Parts: sequence; C-alpha cells; structure tokens
Amino acid sequence: MEHVPLAHVLILSTILFFLGIYGFFSRRNLITMLMSIELILNSVNINFVAFNKYVYPHQLEGVFFTLFIITIAAAEVSISIAIIINLYRRFNTIDIEDTKNMKF
Amino acid sequence: MSLESIMYLRFEGIIALIIFLLLVLKLNDADDRVPQFMNGINILLLVNFLIGLFPMVDGTLFNNFFQTTELIVLQKNILNFGVLLISFTSTTWLSGNKNRIEFYILLLSSLLGAFVMLSSGHVLMLYLGLEMSTIPVAALANFNKTQRNSSEAAIKLILSSAFSSGILLFGISLLYGAVGNLSFDHIIAVIQPNPLTLYAFTFILAGFAFKMSIVPFHLWTADVYEGSPVGVTNYLSVISKGSVIFVFISVLYVLFGALKQAWLLEITILSVLSMTIGNLFAMRQQNVKRLLAFSSISQVGFVLVGIAGASQAGTTASIYFVLIYLLSNIASFGVIGAISDATGKENLSSYKGLYKSNPFLALVFALSLFSLAGIPPTAGFFGKLFLLTSGMGSGLYILLAIAAANLVLSLYNYLRVVKTMFIDQAEETIEPIQRNWPLTAALIICVIGLLIIGFIPSVYQYIDSLSFGIYLK
Repeated sequence: MEHVPLAHVLILSTILFFLGIYGFFSRRNLITMLMSIELILNSVNINFVAFNKYVYPHQLEGVFFTLFIITIAAAEVSISIAIIINLYRRFNTIDIEDTKNMKF
Repeated sequence: MSLESIMYLRFEGIIALIIFLLLVLKLNDADDRVPQFMNGINILLLVNFLIGLFPMVDGTLFNNFFQTTELIVLQKNILNFGVLLISFTSTTWLSGNKNRIEFYILLLSSLLGAFVMLSSGHVLMLYLGLEMSTIPVAALANFNKTQRNSSEAAIKLILSSAFSSGILLFGISLLYGAVGNLSFDHIIAVIQPNPLTLYAFTFILAGFAFKMSIVPFHLWTADVYEGSPVGVTNYLSVISKGSVIFVFISVLYVLFGALKQAWLLEITILSVLSMTIGNLFAMRQQNVKRLLAFSSISQVGFVLVGIAGASQAGTTASIYFVLIYLLSNIASFGVIGAISDATGKENLSSYKGLYKSNPFLALVFALSLFSLAGIPPTAGFFGKLFLLTSGMGSGLYILLAIAAANLVLSLYNYLRVVKTMFIDQAEETIEPIQRNWPLTAALIICVIGLLIIGFIPSVYQYIDSLSFGIYLK
C-alpha cells in the first residue's frame, strides 16, 4: 500500500477546520453550531496524530494531547446541551436568530 | 508525595478542600438550616486569602508540568483577593437564593482552573486550566434560570468560548508540528521565526484575544455582561479577564519572545482597535452593565499598549494595572449589584439623582469611574501612566498618541454616568438602599485601595522586582 504523505493529511485537517468555521458562522441551529465546533476539534486531533506519527514517531505527546481534547470536548458539549435545554424552555426555540433579547 | 510538593500546591489544595466541603454541605442542605451561612462562606474565603499571603519558595512539580514562582504567587493572591471581594459584594443577592452553594462551587472551580493555568509549565496544562476556568463560568452565567437574558448570555458565552478554544487548539497543534514537544522549556529552546510557527502563533493569538475580548473578537462581551447576574459579570470582567491577561503576558514574552518582530505590529493594531471601538461603542449605551462591558474592552486595549513595550516594565505595568482595574471594577459592579438587587433597575436613566438618595453608593461609583478614566488622585492614573511609559519603550509613538486621544474619549463615557448621578434632576429617584456589612466593607476596601495604592511606591517596586522582560535564550 502506498504511504500517504503528511501534506495530504494536513490538507484534510485544514479543510475540516475551515468547514467547521464556515458551519459555525452560517448555521442558525444551536445543535448544528455545536457540531461545527466538534469538526474544528476533530481537525485539531487529526493534526496532532499526524504530526506525532510522521514527524516525531519516537514519543507519544500528540496522541496524549488528543485524549485530553476529546475529554474536554465532552465536558463542553454536556454543559452546552444543558444550557440549550434551559434556553429551549425559555424561548421555545433553539434557533439563534430568535434568541436575541439583547442587541446593540 | 513529599511535604514540599504539597506546599507547592497550597493554593490549589485549599480551593479544592473548600469545594469538597461545600459539596458535603450541599448534600446535607446545610445552608437552609444555618442562618449565618453567607458569613461562614465569606470567612472561609478570607481564611483562604490570608493563607495565600504566606511566602512560598519557587519550585516545579510533575516533571515541570507545574511550576510556581514568586510572581505566580503574587498573581494568585490578586485573584484570591478579587474573589473574596466579589463574594462580599454578592452577599445580598445570594442571601435569598436557594442554589447559593452551587454558585460558590462553580465560582471556586473556575478559580481553581485559573490557578492551574497560571502555574502551567506545559501547553497541555495551560489548555486544561483555560478550559477549567471558562466552562464553569458559562453555567454561572445561566444562574438566573428563569430569566431569558441569562440563558441567552450563557449560550453566547459557551459557544464563543468553545469556538475560541478550537482556534487556540488548532494553533497549538501547528506549534506541536513545529517544535515537537510542548513543554515551555523545550519551546523556548527551539522556537524560530519561520512560516509554520508564525501560522501557529496567529491562531494562538486569536484564541487568547477571544478570551480577553479584544476587538475584533469582542462581540460576545456586551451581551454576556448584560445578561448574566451582576456577581457573575463582576467575576467575568475581573477574574476571568485578569487571569488570561497574566497568562498572555508570559505566553507572549516567554514562549514567543523570539517572534517579537512579528507580533509587535499585531499587538499594536489590536490595541488601537480595542481602545477606539470600545470607547466609541460605550458612548451610545443606555444599560450600565453594557457600558462597563465596552469600557472593559477599551481597558484591555490599554493593557496591550503596556504589553507592546515588551520589557520588564511591560509585565510590571500590566500586573499593576490589573490590580487597580480589579479594585475599580469590583467597586462599580458592587454598586450596580446593590441597586439591581434592591430595585431591579440597570438603566442609566434610572440612576438620575442617585447622589441625593444614596450618597455613599454614588460617591463610591464616581470614584471608581474616575479611577477607570485615569484621573490623577486615584490609582487609575498611575496604572495608565505606567502602561504608557512602558509602551514608550518600544518607540511606538503613534500608538501612544492614539492611546492619549482615547483617554479623552473614555473620560466622556465615565463622566456621563457621573453627571447622571450628581447633576440630572429626576421625578422619581431610587429609594435609599439598605446595605449589609459585607458590601459596605468591600466598597470601603476598594475605595481605600484606589486612593492610596498610587502613593505607595513599594507596591510598584515589589511587582517590578519579580517581573521579567522578553525572554531570549
């Protein structure tokens, strides 16, 4: 099997990162915005694992960092979902366009 | 673990103990049965602050993942002091709240995260501390569960902080690709200004700018400050922001010291934007909390002027300014909180004639606003003076001229509030407000601090003796 070069993996992770940013700015549903953030974090994970495997194969620091990122992302999502549930009870919607009591 | 290593973890250990104690108390519903519960918590936090004042030797733990120096101890003491004062000013609000133990558990968890972040010797610890200090605050912002604004503030805070930590992490992953090991010692030894590190640095800077609400990453700030309960706004504007500023200085000077030529221009532009846009937007605000949110954006712009000096004076001036900013903001939010608790009013127009009905609150508020504006007898003047002096070290005279012009703009914003309180006539004024002793004590401590810190040279000299300039190997 052909060896996949590092550049390809980095291009994949960069595309994933900017897809996440695009989704975060263009989607109006709160859950979809959270999913976009997950895309960003997963692109970071790909970066860490790829650098670890290709450039610094003698240690495991990138892989460990990935484990911590996954854990923290879970904590972040659980808090976000709790807040979204509470928000739904107040506004009866999870569309960010409708939750704007405060404006400039 | 030896006794020595427990001593290094003194700050974190005490906070963790208090959190466990509160969890046990919550299980027993102790706060319903003990009428003096709030006094008990305030005393616990006071003891925590006093224990923190004992001197501590420098050292590292866990293979350099955790480090402590005298400067870090000083920063932790400043944060401890701020949390103590915030607890004092929130006493009235929390007395009638049945979830007050949760408030303190979340508040102290966030403080613990800030301590971990300050003591970090590895980027992993830095990231963990940063997340630990922001996630509980989002839950705190939603503390008034029945209010719409509170939910809206919380969702805006958690989404923007998760997004910004994603950007920060992308930068960290690229930095890992560039240097291979993320411990601070290793990064300092090998970092070179090449395209990959600059790319990584840009993302890391953007992530930090989100957390410090620097323009153009500030859009969440005003809504979150307005929607959250006043005590939480106070915490966000003082402790969250202050701890990130402390860490940002060391990241910028120590980790990225070799890239100074690259970041000087970026910091200058961000500083100019923050000061100008913060002040211009503050002019049209009618809600006092929103006004102070934009004022805090412009204050961070001033801190960046000092940081752009990139010398020992930059560190000293920034820490000194954060200390003064902490006192002034806690005093102003304390007054806003007292008025909001008693009447529910947060609009500037309802503050008309405050001096006639509540002279003490009006005077404290006016003094803290003078300090934020930088008017000479107050400490705020000295804070601004040292920041601008430090900025002069880099020879950025255009930046200094813009900063001086912004001082005038900010003066307009703050004096508008003072005029409303002292001069404007109103048909209905706010009734005289009953203050309890913790609020009065906190306000008096802030006022004394604001009046005398500027005239005690040893404060500045002490911080200066611990500070570091840009670190080059």
